[in-house]
Amino acid sequence: MINNKSISTLHNDPESLKNLKIRSTTQNVWFSIMWLAGLVTLIILLLVIGYVIIQGGKALSWEFLTTPPRGGLSGEGGISTTLGTTVYLVALTLLIATPLGVGAAIYLIEYAGELGLTSPVMRVLISIANFAVETLAGIPSIIYGLFGYALFVSTLQFGWSLLSAALAGACLVLPTIIRTTEEALLTVPDDYRRGSLALGATKWQTLYKVVLPAAIPGIITGIILSVGRIISETAVFFVTLGGSHRLPSSIMDGGRTLALHLYYLAMDTNAFDKAMGTGAVLVILIILINLSINLISGKLTARIRGGK
Amino acid sequence: MKEKSGRMIADQTVKYILFISAILSIIIVLAIAYFIFRESIQAWKEIGFTNIILKSVWRPGQDQYGILAMIVGSIAVTIGAIVLGVPLALGTAIFLGEIAPKGVQALLRPAVQLLAGIPSVVYGLFGMVVLVPIIRRINVPGNSGYGLLAASIVLAVMILPTITSIAEDAIRAVPDSYRSGSLALGATKWQTITKVVLPAGRSGIIAGIILGVGRALGETMAMIMVIGNSVKFPKPLTANPLTFYLSKARTLTGNIAVEISYATGIHESALFATGVVLFALIIIVNASARWFIKRQSSIPTTRQ
Amino acid sequence: MNTKLETIEFNLYYGDFHALKDISVKIPEKRVTALIGPSGSGKSTFLRTFNRMNDLISGVRTHGDVLIDNVDLFKIDPVALRQNIGMVFQKPNPFPKSIFENVAYGPRVTGLRDHKKLEEIVESSLRSAALWDEVKDDLAKSGLALSGGQQQRLCIARALAVQPTVILMDEPAASLDPIATQKIEDLIHTLSENYTIVIVTHNMQQAGRVSDYTAFFYTDDTRTGRLVEFDETKIIFTNPADKRTEDYITGRFG
Repeated sequence: MINNKSISTLHNDPESLKNLKIRSTTQNVWFSIMWLAGLVTLIILLLVIGYVIIQGGKALSWEFLTTPPRGGLSGEGGISTTLGTTVYLVALTLLIATPLGVGAAIYLIEYAGELGLTSPVMRVLISIANFAVETLAGIPSIIYGLFGYALFVSTLQFGWSLLSAALAGACLVLPTIIRTTEEALLTVPDDYRRGSLALGATKWQTLYKVVLPAAIPGIITGIILSVGRIISETAVFFVTLGGSHRLPSSIMDGGRTLALHLYYLAMDTNAFDKAMGTGAVLVILIILINLSINLISGKLTARIRGGK
Repeated sequence: MKEKSGRMIADQTVKYILFISAILSIIIVLAIAYFIFRESIQAWKEIGFTNIILKSVWRPGQDQYGILAMIVGSIAVTIGAIVLGVPLALGTAIFLGEIAPKGVQALLRPAVQLLAGIPSVVYGLFGMVVLVPIIRRINVPGNSGYGLLAASIVLAVMILPTITSIAEDAIRAVPDSYRSGSLALGATKWQTITKVVLPAGRSGIIAGIILGVGRALGETMAMIMVIGNSVKFPKPLTANPLTFYLSKARTLTGNIAVEISYATGIHESALFATGVVLFALIIIVNASARWFIKRQSSIPTTRQ
Repeated sequence: MNTKLETIEFNLYYGDFHALKDISVKIPEKRVTALIGPSGSGKSTFLRTFNRMNDLISGVRTHGDVLIDNVDLFKIDPVALRQNIGMVFQKPNPFPKSIFENVAYGPRVTGLRDHKKLEEIVESSLRSAALWDEVKDDLAKSGLALSGGQQQRLCIARALAVQPTVILMDEPAASLDPIATQKIEDLIHTLSENYTIVIVTHNMQQAGRVSDYTAFFYTDDTRTGRLVEFDETKIIFTNPADKRTEDYITGRFG
C-alpha cells in the first residue's frame, strides 16, 4: 500500500522539479560562500594572532620582560618600564573613570526613571546625558588625544604626564563603563528593590546593599573591558603621555605604554623583532582579558538562568 | 528620629553626587567641542576656511595648510576598507546568525570579539611586516608597498568585528515567526534569509556599516604605520587608475598625530582645525547610524 | 472517502523526551479534521509533522510512517512538501511587506516572475480568503497595518497562493476577537470544499462547529502525548468511546 519509490516532489511536472533543483543549488552555493566568509574571518584572526605570537615569541624571554628599554635607534633592551607604565596608567585611569562611570550609570538607571513627568527640565537633561554617552562612544580616540593635549597638557600645564594621559583615557573609557554598568543594573530584578524599600531602607541603602552587589559581575566586566581598551590604546597617549622610556616616578612624569613602545620600535628603530615581541605580549594580555570576560559573563548567564 | 533624618540626608547627598556624574558626559562632550574649536580659531581666521578645506598643499614651513589631500586620503581608505570589509562582515554575520551550527558559533563568536580587541598598533605592525612586503611585489614604478591599499586592507580587518556584531544582532532581532512563515510557504532557507530576514533587519545592518565607517575614519596609529604618510595628493602611479590605491597618502587622523607633538602657533592651530573637520565628519556619520538604529528598533515584532 | 494524510505508529522525541507515542490516524481528504486535547498533549507538534516544520528544531527524532497521498512524506523534499501543505500560525505573522507582496511571496519564491499572473493569483487568493473586498484598493499598504483578523486572513491568502492541497492551522483564532473568529470559522468551512484542513484548537465549541472529524489527544504524568480517539466529530461530541474523551469534553462544556 505504501508507495515507496523515492521522489522529491509531489508536483511531478518537470517545470516544478527543475525549479526546486535550481533553488536548492542556489542555496548550496550561497551557503558555501557564507561558510567561506566565516572561515576567512577565523583564518584572519589565527593568521594575525599566530604570526605575532610565533614571530614575537622568539624575542620573548625573562630578560626581555625584566630589563628596561635603553632607547636609541637600535631599540636595545627589554620592556620592563613600559609594562610598569602600562600598569600605572591602567590603575590611574580606572581610579578616575570607575566611580564616575558607575555613578553616572546608577543615576541614569535608578534615579532618572523616578523623576517621572514632574520635572520636564530634568527629563530633557537626562535624555541629553544619554545622547552624550552615545556621542562619547563614537568619538575617535585621536580627538580625545587632541582634547587632552589642549586641556590637560597645555591649558592646565600638566605636561606630558601620567595625569594628563589618565584624565584623557578616563574620558575615553567612561562610556564603556557607563553602558556595561547600566546593562548590569537592568538585569537586577525589580523585586529586590521593592523588597528592600518595603523594609524601610532608603533608596541609597537599597542600592548599596542590594542592587549594586547583584550587579557586581557586570560592573567588573565593564572594568576589565576598559583595562583592555587602555592597554590597546595608542593615539590618545601618543599625544598626552610623551614617550620617555623611563618609569614615571610621579603622576606628573611622562612615559610610554606597551602599545606606544611597539609603535616607537616599529616606526623609529629597525628592531622589528622587539616590536613583534611587544606585540606578542599585548596580544596575550588581550586574549587573557577576553577569556576572563567570557568567564564572568558565562557565570552571569548561568546565574540568571539558574536563579529565581 | 534623629537617626532617620541622618539617613535621609545621606540619601539626598548621594543623589546629588550621582547626578553630577550623570551629567559629566554632557560636560565632557561640550568641553571636547569647545577646546578643539577654540584652538582651531586662529587657523580658521588667519588661513581661511576654504584655504584649509579646499587646498591640497600642506607645507607648515611655508604656512600652507590645505588638508584636502588628507580628506581625500581618509575617504579613499574608508571606501577601500568598506569594499573589502563589508562583504566579509555581512557574510560572517549571516553565517553566525542563520547558518552556523551551535558549535561553530561558539568558536567563531569569541574569535570576532577577539579580533575587535587586538590593539591597532599590532594590526599596524602586522601590516608593515607582512602586508607591505607582499604589496611591494606588485610591479608598478613608484610602488613602495606602503599606501592606500595596505591601509585599506588593515582597516577592513579592523572594522570587520564592528560590522559583524551589529549586523548579527540585527539579524537575530528579526522575529522567528517571519522565518517559519516563509519556510512554511515552501521558500528555501536561503530565500528566507534574502527575502525576509535581511530586509526586516536592514536598518540595523546599515547602522552597523555606518558605525564601521565611523571607526574607519577615526583609526589613527595603524594608518600612520602603513599608509606612507605622504602629504602629497594621492594619485594613480601609472595610467591605470587602479594604481591610485598604491599611492602613499595621509589621513586626517594621521596628520594630527604625526605633527601635534612638535607643532606650535598657527601650525598647531591648523592641526586642531583638522580635528574639527574630523569631528564634524564623525558626528554626521554617527547621527545617521543612530537614525537607522531607531528605525530598526521600531519594527513591529510579532514573536511567537 | 480518500485518505489524504496518514500516520502509522508515529513516534516523536525531543532529545530524550518522548513527546508523541504510537499515533496512527487517517485524515480524510477535503474534510476538516480538528485536533483537540489538553495543553502539552502534543497536538501542535503532531500538526507540524505534516509539513516537517519539526525538522527545524534541533534534537527532534521520529520513527513510524507519515504518508501523504500514500507516499512516504519523509522522502519528499521538505521545500516541495511545504508548497503542497500550507500552514497558518497561532499568531498572524504577515511579513513586513505590502499586502500584495505578502500574497505574491509564495509564488515568487517558487519561480513565478510574470506580473500579470501574479496579480491574478493575488486577487483569487485574497478572494478565497474573503479579504479581497476589504483590501482591494490598498494592496500597497503594509500587511502589518491590517487588524488582527485581517492579518490572519492575509496569512490564509498567502498560504492559498502557493496552491496547496492541505492547510494546517495551529489555533488560528486564538489571538482574535469573537467577530474575527467567526469570519475565520466561516472561511474554514468554505475552504473545506477544496482543501484538506487540519486544525488544532483549544476551543471545544469551535471544534464542534468547524470540523467533520476530531482527534482527541491526551497525556498523563509522563507528558507523552497519545491519540485516545479519532472519529466523526458528532460521535466524539455525543457518544465518545473513551471515558477520558467524555470527561474532557463535558469538563469543557461545564
